[in-house]
Amino acid sequence: MPGPAGGEATIRVLRYDPDAGGAPRWQTYRVPYEPMDRVLDALHAIKWRADGTLAFRRSCGHGICGSDAMVINGQNALACKVLIKDLSQPITVEPIRGLPVHKDLVVDMEPFFDAYRKVLPFLVNDDPAPDRERLQSPADRARYDDTTKCILCAACTTSCPVFWGDGQYAGPAAIVNAHRFVFDSRDRASNERLAVLSDKVGAFRCRTVFNCTRACPRDIHVTRAIQEVKSEILKRRV
Amino acid sequence: MATTHTYDAVIVGAGGAGLRAALEASQHVRTAVISKLYPTRSHTGAAQGGMCAALANVEEDTWEWHAFDTVKGSDFLADQDSVDVMCREAIDAVIDLEHWGMPFNRTPDGRVDQRRFGGHTRAHGEAPVMRACYAADRTGHMILQTLYQQCVKQGVEFYNEFYLLDMIVSGGRVAGLVAYELATGELHVFRCKTALLATGGFGRMFRVTSNAHALTGDGPAVALRRGLPLEDMEFFQFHPTGLYGIGILLSEAARGEGGVLRNATGERFMERYAPSIKDLAPRDMVSRAIYFEVKEGRGAGPKKDYVLLDVTHLGKELIEEKLPDITEFARIYLGVEPLREGVPVVPTAHYAMGGIPTDNDARVVSDETNTVFPGLYAAGECACVSVHGGNRLGTNSLLDIIVFGRRGGLSMVEDARRLDFAPMPEEPERDAKAILARLAEGPEPHAVPEIRAELQHSMDENASVFRTDELLREQENALGLLRERYAERAGVQDRSRAFNTDLMEAFELGCLLDLAETLVAAARARTESRGGHYRGDFPKRNDKRWLKHSLAWKSGDAVRLGYKPVRLGRYKPVERKY
Repeated sequence: MPGPAGGEATIRVLRYDPDAGGAPRWQTYRVPYEPMDRVLDALHAIKWRADGTLAFRRSCGHGICGSDAMVINGQNALACKVLIKDLSQPITVEPIRGLPVHKDLVVDMEPFFDAYRKVLPFLVNDDPAPDRERLQSPADRARYDDTTKCILCAACTTSCPVFWGDGQYAGPAAIVNAHRFVFDSRDRASNERLAVLSDKVGAFRCRTVFNCTRACPRDIHVTRAIQEVKSEILKRRV
Repeated sequence: MATTHTYDAVIVGAGGAGLRAALEASQHVRTAVISKLYPTRSHTGAAQGGMCAALANVEEDTWEWHAFDTVKGSDFLADQDSVDVMCREAIDAVIDLEHWGMPFNRTPDGRVDQRRFGGHTRAHGEAPVMRACYAADRTGHMILQTLYQQCVKQGVEFYNEFYLLDMIVSGGRVAGLVAYELATGELHVFRCKTALLATGGFGRMFRVTSNAHALTGDGPAVALRRGLPLEDMEFFQFHPTGLYGIGILLSEAARGEGGVLRNATGERFMERYAPSIKDLAPRDMVSRAIYFEVKEGRGAGPKKDYVLLDVTHLGKELIEEKLPDITEFARIYLGVEPLREGVPVVPTAHYAMGGIPTDNDARVVSDETNTVFPGLYAAGECACVSVHGGNRLGTNSLLDIIVFGRRGGLSMVEDARRLDFAPMPEEPERDAKAILARLAEGPEPHAVPEIRAELQHSMDENASVFRTDELLREQENALGLLRERYAERAGVQDRSRAFNTDLMEAFELGCLLDLAETLVAAARARTESRGGHYRGDFPKRNDKRWLKHSLAWKSGDAVRLGYKPVRLGRYKPVERKY
């Protein structure tokens, strides 16, 4: 097996106890780690060996379920995809920003999913369905491929300064999920979807800071998708 | 006091099976979905390769050939009428998904594209066939997203981050469910006419597993505790190519595209185990071959405990384009560059063929004669129809969840219209409350992670790819001690109400222990080798004695076993050669 030896990592976690209230506080832990351990392994080491009260979400452990987005050394990332050895220490771990914190690293995801639901994130086509599949050329299929990769982890939306500053902005993830249908040749509801995104909470709030693109653990070109949605709004609106 | 809700239909689990059932049921009856994760976090999303259906879009194919492959792959333990249902309905299952917006890859003329996958052949084994419908290397992710999107469209009611703790049985049928709300620590009683369990797998009883942390078998464990049997628990699939140390899956596609397995000497050892199809032999056979290579001292690495998946000869372009997962996972998690060197892999606990016994309409059955248990349904990995028998073919899990999720939803609608609510006992949440109270008060607040680690380690050692009576007896003893410590000592550190994941991990461990016990008892009793169940002391299949499904009941602290016949059909059991 390759890689240098592990060692001991110092990890500072921003903790919040809803029962105690008050301001969040930093708590420092030291955990041994193997060369290939990820930040999620360190959080498990804390929870399972030192402090069972630490709360965080996780499930698949390899970057596909989207449960464990957090701010790691100042950057939004999935804890299961960041190796400890690649980080400078002490490693800081905080909840993603712009959503109310429930406890420790667990935030309220409802506002995020509300914004998602508002863009009609589903295929609409009321034409009578054929007996077999609807046809779609490989080129038409490729048109929206990038945005189908979204796992709704909220890393993009909660890295966006416009979203932090303004509880109203739909945010990158909602726009990405609108993009996925706006550019799907089978869909018939893009005017409604674009109307949602053309008003004051929509795509034109984007200031092309590119934080979202950097934060995306699925390498989606988020900012480009937002730009394409903006252009489509302008193109369709007379 | 628990909060009480009333629905005609309650579905537990929001992966493919649960969401597909919800789309059916919620159109007609009052339906709720409770899930311990946000729906899009479910493990259906991790499936990569595809979903097989004999669409014949790319080359000649029939659902009957698909059925043959499924039965042969199952080592003849699948029920052939159930397999027929699944393979026949596969075609509509794919078309339904497409109509809902599923972004399948397309053929040049715009139809759903199909590709080859392990074990799927034309004309009863003549040659590989292009049958797997797919969406890049994220078919499961796209199915999960598509189903969830349609649930949003239909306004399906979700209770997210609610854990199933108990099932209320009254007068021999389901009266409701008890769930724990993670955000508040509050108990909820869901009174219902029909309840469908779709909680997925339970691979977390093993240490090296491809399964998510959430896959602890809460549904089957709750059913078991309420007197229902579990079927074919000894059949667990170990996927041959789990990433060394962590078990994350490297898709079969790597070998489908020409990747080969090598031992420490560089030998392509599958040539010795399956001379005709070599590295593309079924998963159970390849996993055993890896086990023997390591056991006989030909493992690679400083501890000689893994083999290498070699794709270096395939070229940069093909690897980057067709195997992006393998390159990403190997680079991130092992720091290995697959363009230049072999990727360390080991068999990883992947899929439970066994589970809650059901009929072809997803109705749960409770004994050797398949008596329906009214009001209870199960679908997906937590269920056992059985369509996978002793070994599941790749892609058939995504198919299973869509076909039987739909059937479960339809059955709930039919029965909810006919049934009344069962009478609810006094304080229905009492038993669930007692379980939580005991865990909260246990004297050893660090016991849960320790017991879990020992469970996982010992299951890997004694009850995984290679089993013998001696190993399984040892495991029975180990489980006895772990169970005792769990029951008498296990506690939690976190005493708070909100997001007490410490407490829920303790509850989940209890589920894993119960299920491990049934697995080991059924495995010890089955003195033959079939599919994923391999006994070193009984290395041959024995149809005369063992062509039957096991049923395991919890009986006090012990497991009681029973058996029921396999429903045969067109295909007579023959030796499985590749």
